[in-house]
Amino acid sequence: MAGFLLRRLVNYAVLVVLAASLSYLLAASALKPRANLEDRNPRPPAAVVDAELNRLNLNDRTPLAERYRVWAAGVLRGDFGRTLQGEPVNDELWRRLWVSVRLLTFGTVLGCVLGVLLGAYAAVRRDRPSDRIITAGSYLLLSTPIFVLAVLLQIGAQKVNDTTGLQVFEWVGETAPGSSEGTFGPLGGLGDRLRHLLLPTAAVALAQLALYSRYQRGMMLDVLNADFVRTARAKGLRHRDALLRHGLRTALIPMTTYFAYTFGLLLLGGMFLEEIFGWHGMGEWLVESIIRGDVNAVAAVNCCAAAAVLLAGLVSDVLYGVLDPRVRTSGTTWTARTGRS
Amino acid sequence: MNRPGRTLRGLAASRRVVIGASLLVLLFLLAFAGPYLAPWGWEDTDFTAFREPPSTRHWFGTTQSGRDVFALTLRGMQKSLVIGLLVAVLSTALAALVGMVAGYLGGWPDRLLMWGVDLLLVLPAFLVVAVLAPSLGGGWPLLVLLLAAFLWMITARVVRAMTISLREREYVLAARFGGASTPWIIRRHILPHLASLLIVDAGLNVSVAIMAESGLSYFGFGVQPPDISLGTLIADGHGTATAYPWLSGFAAGLLVLTVLAVNLLGDGLRDLLDPTLEKGTP
Amino acid sequence: MTVLEVRDLRVTYPRGVRAVRGVDLSVGRGEVLGIVGESGSGKSALALATLGLLPPGTRVEGSVRLRGRELLGRSDAELSRVRGKDLAMVFQDPLSALTPVHPVGDQIAETIRVHAGATRPAARARAVELLELVGIPDAARRARAYPHEFSGGMRQRVMIAMAIANDPVAIVCDEPTTALDVTIQAQVLEVLRTAKEATGAAIVLITHDLGVVAGFADRVMVMYAGRAVETGPVAEVYARPRMPYTIGLLQSLPRIEPDAPRPVPIDGAGGISTGGFPATGCPFAPRCPVAVSRCADTEPPPVPVGTPAHTAACVNLDATGDPARVFPAPAPPPAPPVVPRHERPAVLEVEGLVRHHPLYRGTVLRRRNGTVRAVDGVSFDVRAGETLGLVGESGCGKTTALMEILRLTRPQRGTVRLFGRDTAALTAAERKALRRDVQVVFQDPFASLDPRMRVAEILAEPLLVHGVPRARIDARVRELLALVGLDPAHAARHPHGLSGGQRQRVGIARALALEPRLLLLDEPVASLDVSVQAGIMALLEELRARLGLAYLFVAHDLAVVRLLADRVAVMYRGRIVEIGPVADVYGAPVHPYTRALLDAVPRPDPHRERRRRPAPLPGDPPDPSEQPRGCRFRARCPSYAASADAAWRTLCETDEPRPRPVPEGTGRLVACHHPEGGRP
Repeated sequence: MAGFLLRRLVNYAVLVVLAASLSYLLAASALKPRANLEDRNPRPPAAVVDAELNRLNLNDRTPLAERYRVWAAGVLRGDFGRTLQGEPVNDELWRRLWVSVRLLTFGTVLGCVLGVLLGAYAAVRRDRPSDRIITAGSYLLLSTPIFVLAVLLQIGAQKVNDTTGLQVFEWVGETAPGSSEGTFGPLGGLGDRLRHLLLPTAAVALAQLALYSRYQRGMMLDVLNADFVRTARAKGLRHRDALLRHGLRTALIPMTTYFAYTFGLLLLGGMFLEEIFGWHGMGEWLVESIIRGDVNAVAAVNCCAAAAVLLAGLVSDVLYGVLDPRVRTSGTTWTARTGRS
Repeated sequence: MNRPGRTLRGLAASRRVVIGASLLVLLFLLAFAGPYLAPWGWEDTDFTAFREPPSTRHWFGTTQSGRDVFALTLRGMQKSLVIGLLVAVLSTALAALVGMVAGYLGGWPDRLLMWGVDLLLVLPAFLVVAVLAPSLGGGWPLLVLLLAAFLWMITARVVRAMTISLREREYVLAARFGGASTPWIIRRHILPHLASLLIVDAGLNVSVAIMAESGLSYFGFGVQPPDISLGTLIADGHGTATAYPWLSGFAAGLLVLTVLAVNLLGDGLRDLLDPTLEKGTP
Repeated sequence: MTVLEVRDLRVTYPRGVRAVRGVDLSVGRGEVLGIVGESGSGKSALALATLGLLPPGTRVEGSVRLRGRELLGRSDAELSRVRGKDLAMVFQDPLSALTPVHPVGDQIAETIRVHAGATRPAARARAVELLELVGIPDAARRARAYPHEFSGGMRQRVMIAMAIANDPVAIVCDEPTTALDVTIQAQVLEVLRTAKEATGAAIVLITHDLGVVAGFADRVMVMYAGRAVETGPVAEVYARPRMPYTIGLLQSLPRIEPDAPRPVPIDGAGGISTGGFPATGCPFAPRCPVAVSRCADTEPPPVPVGTPAHTAACVNLDATGDPARVFPAPAPPPAPPVVPRHERPAVLEVEGLVRHHPLYRGTVLRRRNGTVRAVDGVSFDVRAGETLGLVGESGCGKTTALMEILRLTRPQRGTVRLFGRDTAALTAAERKALRRDVQVVFQDPFASLDPRMRVAEILAEPLLVHGVPRARIDARVRELLALVGLDPAHAARHPHGLSGGQRQRVGIARALALEPRLLLLDEPVASLDVSVQAGIMALLEELRARLGLAYLFVAHDLAVVRLLADRVAVMYRGRIVEIGPVADVYGAPVHPYTRALLDAVPRPDPHRERRRRPAPLPGDPPDPSEQPRGCRFRARCPSYAASADAAWRTLCETDEPRPRPVPEGTGRLVACHHPEGGRP
């Protein structure tokens, strides 16, 4: 397993390098940072623009290969260059990375766990009212784009606030200014942060939950009539125990693959949530940077996204190995597992 | 699996197919026949009604500039549906081609193609589409191509896995040992068995494509003005959703309904056509 | 003392499929009841109903009593206290029946803990003891291994250990040895015998194999269409069967003894696959040669025949007094070719054929990690008009050898010559032309026919591929159907509308479409019910004689090979260890492996089986990825194990034996340093 992981790591690293390079080349050739500088008011002279672009390694008159070489050399040293404003990309990247992590972590964990449990429960109660309600709910949620879901949550929250007359819910930004200076001090600040986290977390969790409960229900149905569950009952386990101890554990294995696949979706969903809830994370930055033509920022965000997706893949590979003794010695990759039963 | 379970599931599946299909037909009718019923064209402006709530005169209300939301919404829906269908057909065809070639040939073509699939899965599709769609200026047909280019990889993986298992089936071996050529075998024995998977997948890809298009349009990277889609409508009404819900509410509702109909239809078909297929295969 | 008693058990699946229709049985302490029946006879449903393990929605009526306590109608919680404790079960496929993600020791320990409430360490220790009892070497270490790390036979031992963990009073075994090789089957039956002696449990042994029942059961119950049609002591039923189905079943068996009568086919097909049984009357009547008009009136109840313990359900018992006269005698076998073997041309010559599969690890960065020596230097020839049987345990490379020949390309090593032409030198066009002369019939008629095509399309495919004019095709399809004994109306059916035997006939017809001269048969009767096997074997013999075909016949069933083949080649780990005329090899096997294989075949003859209790061949079928040194069979060789002579043993350890003629001049080759077990 360790050898397998090492080889995966190398392979994934090659993929990250390629993906990052491709997105840099694409961004550098398609985005127009020059236009952004020229549009400034007052319009700067051409020489100044050129000088500024050269300083930022963004001049479209420099050959692309040369710009790529400079950028790649920087990245190898751990330096993603500077933004159009001249700030180091790295600082902004780290700041925003943590914003995004704070936004997504709770919802993801909650959504995964609840989704798996709900899906397993629905499978066991197949074709009974509880299964139908869960299934219908997950269909509806799956069909609702996250930007619609988020807005619906906001409207609902508004209603609650209006009827109670209290600010139960907050949905703009990460924290309200001055919240730490209230009666409860830093504790109040924390409470305020949690309050702001409530709606985005609900949105992430609901979206994940819908996805995972569908998958888990399907997986669980497959093992419901499995021979080994029957054996467990023949040993004297009650139906419920046989399903929990033998069925659920086995049905969890394929979920690791789905985790890897849905991780990219999660990052995308995060972009919408940052936009809608006014969190200044990576997604919002990417959108802004594309509009501004900020090549270095775009490339940095994408580098991170590719790395994150592959990291999720690696986590999935490890989990798969841990859960399934059959592959413990050889290992498999998340993409290679697709379509295999 | 026992017979009763299968038939029960089959019943539920056919119910889903019927509901999904009828809903979809209604939505198509609404999108393409609705404009003939509406008193206002999508480009008309009613200078007597700015940001009016729904009424008998303007069924879905009007925008800030006095345009009829009903007409706009249907116009956007037409575009979203067309884009979704085209993307699904294109991406499924591509997936079938790559998956079957990789699976049937095996060896280095297989490894090369699958490595390409892995790379595309890792490459941030959002960036590529967001950067290229507006800057190449090809309008929505280009958007279709770009979306299709990023939606085929997982299906290709599934097609490949199925092709590999089909390739080793005894009836395929029998045909091969009977002297049948590779194109013959693919046409007669492999493609017919993949057909149900491909139909279902094309169906489900419609909903993914519609969601992706509206998501991109939401950020302004998708359908560009003067074209409109459900995504652009929702984005336009986003900031005012609580105060003037009709501006984007109808578009959002129709979007959810469309995706729901497609999902019901696709999932139902999957259970009906191929009960052995894993239910949750991505 | 009766331990398990079933009265008037009826099982109805939702949608009204009546799987079991009123079955009575009783088993006493330490007694073994064999239940025999073909697929669809309801024997598995009976087993599951006894334990209350049928899927929800299934209606079970009647009575199941364990030591006098009624089990039917109890709640899951109550039944859970009985299942695995007093009443245990061994399932057919031990790979899917064991949870893949838990170590086997834990799975056994769980059985103990659920009932006895033992501490975890105590249960673990007991699990190791049980694994030792069922003969798993190095049990303490192997208890921590997962099911996929065990071979099929070892997994079945684990299942048995689990079943006897709580000293049950009754064990139900559902086809416990069906998925296993004969040598492993013998081992597992031996373990089951040990388990029975250790626990004194009553055993219900469900199987389709009359040989297994003959050697292992005290009483036998024959099931047909959800009913017990004949019950009695094994010796009595085998010697004097009275129900025509039992008679047919016993007579349709291919037997391994040289003097045995030829198997008799039972016409028609049973089972639910062909549209069910008649609604009233005896379900066997449509296939019964002695059916009379009364048979259609009511379903006959079992009545005592001869001894009181022997019952049969038949209204025309007068006609079954002499079992030999119930079924018409089979047509005599076609006369053997008159031309002596050495004067007939060779249609297939295989010389030093090698097929190694690389063993890879990883998926993208694939690393070669070893070699599976599936076929490791095999030589034989097949002459015109003769049948060569290729036998061996699973994994010995017999099917791989067949596939290598079928590819008609240059093998990794060695040569394949068909009708005198080297396959390595063929052009693509020549290869396609040659395919007309070499065709294949596969084992599983379910898998070998495209489920989406009609029979007519399946038969037309090879003709179309080889450019036969369409105008000729329809006539040829009708010809082919007639040739294999199918109705012209079958042409419009899909494979799933046919019974197993009919499907295999379609597979044979497809292979014959292009009028080949050599047919390669990969276990053509292995997946068919016994009563259908005989018909397919008779068809193959008839076709060979009529069309002058040569067969290369791969099989694991030695009795089938004895009937069909002129010569036999025994394979072990990718090599042929013994080859020669069937009568000679079966009559006087020289290689110790051949002897062991023949010994392991259970005979459907209770008297002989009881007297004959050969020690089963030890060990598992070998792992073909290991590099052999010396004789490949050494690790399992009884002669090697029993020998004390150092020089004798050293030869086996260092030198790979080459095939050499033993005895000289009989056309037999044996690869053994010490043939005939000649031990100093």
